[in-house]
Amino acid sequence: MSIQIFFQHLANAISLGSLYALIAIGYTMVYGILRLINFAHGDIFMIGAYFTFYLVTMFLMPWGVAFIVAAGLTCMFGIAVERVAYRPLRDYPRISVMISAIGASFFIENLAIVIFGGRPKAFPVPDIFGKVIHLGTVSIVSVTFIIPIITLIFLFILLFIINKTKTGMAMRAVSTDYEAARLMAIDVNKIISITFGIGSFLAAVGGIMWGLKYPQLLPLMGLMPGLKCFIAAVVGGIGNIKGAVLGGFILGLSEIMIIAFLPSLTGYRDAFAFILLIIILLVRPSGLLGQSQMEKV
Amino acid sequence: MKRKNSVLSFAGVVFCLLLLLLFNKTFDSYKMRIFNLCAIYITLGLSLNLVNGFTGLFSLGHAGFMAVGAYTCALLTLSPANKEMNFFLQPILPFLANTEWPFFPALLVSGLCAAIIGFLIAAPVLRLKDDYLAIATLGFSEIIRVIFTNTQRLTNGALGLKGLPNYTNVWWSWGVAALTIVFMIRLMRGSYGKALKSIREDEIAAEAMGIDVFRHKVISFTISSFFAGIGGALLGHLLGTIDPLMFRFLLTFNILLIVVLGGIGSITGTVIAAIVVTVLMEVLRVLDSSIDFGLFVMKGIPGLRMVIFSALLMAVILFYQRGLMGTNEFSWDSLGKRLRRIKKRGPK
Amino acid sequence: MKMLETNRITKVFGGLVAVSDLTISIQKNEIIGLIGPNGAGKTTAFNMITGIYPPTRGTVTFLDQDITGHKPHFVTRLGIARTFQNIRLFKELSVLENVFVANHLRLKSNIFSSVIRTPGYVRQEKEMYEKTMMLLEKVGLIDVADETATSLPYGKQRRLEIARALATGPSLLLLDEPAAGMNPQESHELMDFIFHVREQFDMTILMIEHHMQVVMGVCERMYVLDYGITIAEGPPEKIQNDPKVIEAYLGVD
Repeated sequence: MSIQIFFQHLANAISLGSLYALIAIGYTMVYGILRLINFAHGDIFMIGAYFTFYLVTMFLMPWGVAFIVAAGLTCMFGIAVERVAYRPLRDYPRISVMISAIGASFFIENLAIVIFGGRPKAFPVPDIFGKVIHLGTVSIVSVTFIIPIITLIFLFILLFIINKTKTGMAMRAVSTDYEAARLMAIDVNKIISITFGIGSFLAAVGGIMWGLKYPQLLPLMGLMPGLKCFIAAVVGGIGNIKGAVLGGFILGLSEIMIIAFLPSLTGYRDAFAFILLIIILLVRPSGLLGQSQMEKV
Repeated sequence: MKRKNSVLSFAGVVFCLLLLLLFNKTFDSYKMRIFNLCAIYITLGLSLNLVNGFTGLFSLGHAGFMAVGAYTCALLTLSPANKEMNFFLQPILPFLANTEWPFFPALLVSGLCAAIIGFLIAAPVLRLKDDYLAIATLGFSEIIRVIFTNTQRLTNGALGLKGLPNYTNVWWSWGVAALTIVFMIRLMRGSYGKALKSIREDEIAAEAMGIDVFRHKVISFTISSFFAGIGGALLGHLLGTIDPLMFRFLLTFNILLIVVLGGIGSITGTVIAAIVVTVLMEVLRVLDSSIDFGLFVMKGIPGLRMVIFSALLMAVILFYQRGLMGTNEFSWDSLGKRLRRIKKRGPK
Repeated sequence: MKMLETNRITKVFGGLVAVSDLTISIQKNEIIGLIGPNGAGKTTAFNMITGIYPPTRGTVTFLDQDITGHKPHFVTRLGIARTFQNIRLFKELSVLENVFVANHLRLKSNIFSSVIRTPGYVRQEKEMYEKTMMLLEKVGLIDVADETATSLPYGKQRRLEIARALATGPSLLLLDEPAAGMNPQESHELMDFIFHVREQFDMTILMIEHHMQVVMGVCERMYVLDYGITIAEGPPEKIQNDPKVIEAYLGVD
């Protein structure tokens, strides 16, 4: 493999890893607070991309505005999903909540098929994202660079919110001890809504950038990235935001690099994530950056 | 009392057999197919309920075990000529090229193959709990599917297998369903069944009562995989074609729907829900395709059917967690009690 | 005859030493207390003896066999049964099933014999059933045999948990705060019940208890833990007057 091609793969891997990281953050935040796999998170990601599509093509919004409006709408959509599917089951066994999450995910996917149609739609890519940049002999599409930069910006904003603001402190409190936080007069429901809102916002950002990089929208496009990003969150240590980012990058890098070096394994690409998951669960169930927990007897 | 109940049960069995004969004579091939599907979904639902409902392990890997069963059975029963037709891209592996087994041993071996895979997966996966277990089993099921898509010479890859002999008839599908029902009832009544339930209720206490929790979980998981494999094989030979896409998470979702609807941990509930869901799935198929009313054509909306089913699942879990039966089972005594109550309330 | 002996067992969680160098020794038919303030490490000691956590250091010997780090179900099979501080009954199962299941460990048939109902299995199941009924009779729960476990009043739930532990056929019984949450009437009944169990089942008992009246009433000897360290040991009279124990419970001025 020539050094140019290697760099091309590396750039792709980093941008895919950033996308995974953005989505994985949503999983990890929700899990940190509710101990729940938000199965619908991948579908929220899909909704974000579709919102943008319709805002640009139907409402003819300029793309910059459309991105912001779509992310805002998706954020509300995520909050609504929590209200309807998860909040009524707050004190129920975890299995019930999980079944509800699976139900919600299927509901959104099929509703998307009904409303958006099952045929793929072409995502409108503004010119500046599609420009080809030449670096010496390596040529890379500009969006490949933009994705990691945007991811970094949002990551810093998020870490600021969580570590420096009062809301962030409340979020950390709820995720450390739900009951105690409730007793300390923290409005737990509000914090959970905010968490879903932030997670969904980031998923929408991920969805839009996914659309820019792979400009084809399908109602089931969130399914695989959704599962993979949950795995990324587990690999990094669920509940830990830096872990989710790390997991996302590990997954993105390994998916692209394994195929780059061993092209014969291309068909198995979708299985890598699951194999990684199973290895991590067996070797270090709490994830790379997570803390182990013991069941109290 | 006990004597009366066994007489009633015997009468019930005879009635069911007569019904089976009647349907076998009167149903056209379309209805027959649905009728067979009901039975297959009973087997599949019960096998998932054994793990999810009775042992309290939330597994989402059923489609994978069904795939193993369906492919094993298909590869064993397809005639050499048919295999040659199917494998036109690359020839089939030599050791499978000339096998052409009768249905029964092939069915049994498919169940065993699924059970072996289940057993091997159980060892690492069953150390996990709750949602981790769910996602890991789902992961294994996807891995199986990806492998089957890529092993061109073993499974014919994404092309799938066509022309499976239509062995699945009423006797096979309902016979297996009946056997599964009897197996589950007897298992759950016995000491092992109670041990599994105790694991569901409280793992730590079960372990402290001297029950080797891990071993029992593995047993439960393996048996469940066995029946899933058999169900998958029956399904393959009913539909006539199989391909890896058939065994996506959606298939597991359908079975989960049956288990939740019927009541997680109820045999009776699963049986009823399997029939209801299968029939509804077919009836509501009209929503997805266009209907010609003669004067006008109502355009179908693809996906609407699954919207209704996922909404149904959520409605049950949000508003009526127990499903149809909760963890209760049908018995003549409880039926008698209910009838008496209705009588008392009835005509004033 | 020596029943149980722990030799300087220690458990460290992260940086926290939950139990340090606990050495206890119990003779057959004794009733021994393990007391101490909240968080002293009593339940952790139980968990190490029954195999839920392996000790960080030290050994556990039961009937001259080293059982350190064995799995809980194996320890139960050897003859140590326990109850839990926060009652862990099989909630949805009936009283009868709760006790029946505790007989499962002695079942010699495999799962298929239980489905086919081979004569061997049926005979064993019948024995298990009879044993269960006999035990329920002895502990006075026979009239509620078909009730769901959680429908019982609190005192009876505690009693059921002890009955379930007895059904595993132990020679040593570990009770984790059996009197917790009981009113004076109930705890009085419990004391009688504990003596009754020792007589009827030829039992040796090690119990954690906060309720001083109960501990002093039934225990022949006791060990006092504070912050994981054994601060006193001996018969009730000695413990009651031990300045270290008084300090641990009441604090110093």
